[in-house]
Amino acid sequence: MTQLASEEEKKQYEAYVKEVTPTHSLLTNMVRAFLAGGLICVLGQGIINFAVSRGLDQETAGTWCSVTLIFLSALTTGLNLYPRFARWAGAGCLVPITGFANSVAAPAIEYQKEGQVFGIGCRIFTIAGPVILYGILSSAALGLLDWLAGRWF
Amino acid sequence: MGAADVLGKQSLVFREPVFIQGWGSVVGKKEGEGPMGACFDQIEEDPALGAENWEEAESRLQILAAKQAVEHAGLSMEEIRMIFAGDLLAQSIASSFGIGQLDRPVYGLFGACSTMGEALSLAAVAVAAGAGTHVLALTSSHFATAEKEFRFPLEYGSQRPLSASWTVTGSGACVVGSRPGQVKITGITTGKITDYGLKDSQNMGACMAPAACQTISAHLRDFSRSPEDYDRIITGDLGYVGQQILLDLMEEEGFRIGKVHEDCGIRIFDRETQDTHAGGSGCGCSASVLAGWILPKIAAGEWKRVLFVPTGALMSRMSFYEGNSVPGIAQAVVLETVQEN
Repeated sequence: MTQLASEEEKKQYEAYVKEVTPTHSLLTNMVRAFLAGGLICVLGQGIINFAVSRGLDQETAGTWCSVTLIFLSALTTGLNLYPRFARWAGAGCLVPITGFANSVAAPAIEYQKEGQVFGIGCRIFTIAGPVILYGILSSAALGLLDWLAGRWF
Repeated sequence: MGAADVLGKQSLVFREPVFIQGWGSVVGKKEGEGPMGACFDQIEEDPALGAENWEEAESRLQILAAKQAVEHAGLSMEEIRMIFAGDLLAQSIASSFGIGQLDRPVYGLFGACSTMGEALSLAAVAVAAGAGTHVLALTSSHFATAEKEFRFPLEYGSQRPLSASWTVTGSGACVVGSRPGQVKITGITTGKITDYGLKDSQNMGACMAPAACQTISAHLRDFSRSPEDYDRIITGDLGYVGQQILLDLMEEEGFRIGKVHEDCGIRIFDRETQDTHAGGSGCGCSASVLAGWILPKIAAGEWKRVLFVPTGALMSRMSFYEGNSVPGIAQAVVLETVQEN
């Protein structure tokens, strides 16, 4: 048989495949993500504290924190250190702002060969694009809800 | 009168044997550091092979492998009547841009990672039909081009699932011809597109195992043979997950192949030290292992008869995004030694 006829059989095969396929240990992954994500946040807090101690207000210090972390992520992406870290850390380095920076820097490096317009220009947001689009869309929707709620209550 | 007879439902047996006269393999650094490192003809330390981009690097792999094979066969490139070549990239650009400069007639193929089986089968059929004295079968893959084509940019930080395979950077080539060589092709079994509805492209072993099972069991039935008639049945790149599934599925079909089964993808890397998870994959995986390990062993008479079954996952980025399953295909080629006893 070259095609499984029924959905039933497909489900059975899928369940069997799931059974024989090894997966990463969820506990190990969670511990690593906690450590790596926490470490990045500690670094961010360190930058904020340093900036505040040099006389910046909280908001400007926060901006410096983001900018510094983004820079560090882009730099380590270029040096091929970030992907290695990510293989170990998983979601721990995907969720913080550094992960987002990596997802923009990586295509920029990879597609540079295809030119400034069709390479970098068109493809720099291949990974981050959906996040940006739906991020803006959902904040607009929430903003609308907030506005409506403000008028009626 | 033809030089081959159809056999059973999917097979062909050659009346006069078709020979493999020479072979060549070129691989990247990681493959060179793997357990099979010493087998390959050439190991390229530079992943870009001095080229401007990854695609061109893969093209260079093909040229190097083609030259190795032709030289090994004791021929000049001008004596190659035609080339059957393919790779994993969209529109097979690694082949198109690679072998143009060899200035030989070409048929471009796509069979995903099974392409070496497809190329060898068609080369053998062409030779049997008298279409040429020397025909070249050639495929390649490159880790960086495949990641770019099917997954993420190389520098993107992500965790690969344990079922994922590692695309081999490498190329393998064989000169197939009618003049006697050290290995003969005595038959082929053409694979069917086999789809068990799985959609996980990060578990290609599980997507391709049903196809391998279909081709191997059809082969054994067509030829009225049992697994014991083979010294080895060697699949292309099922990896650890796919191997287990294949053995289970084959048992359901009534064949126990556990004792003779090998997989190029499992053999080429050491998963403990090389972080390759399920194993190697790609057209270059089965092609380079064929040229580096399998053919020399058959030529030496260590193995009398081997069934070489490269496996392919027939998907594209488009089919994946559109929510399609990942169908598989497997092409089987019977390789036999010319050594007596």
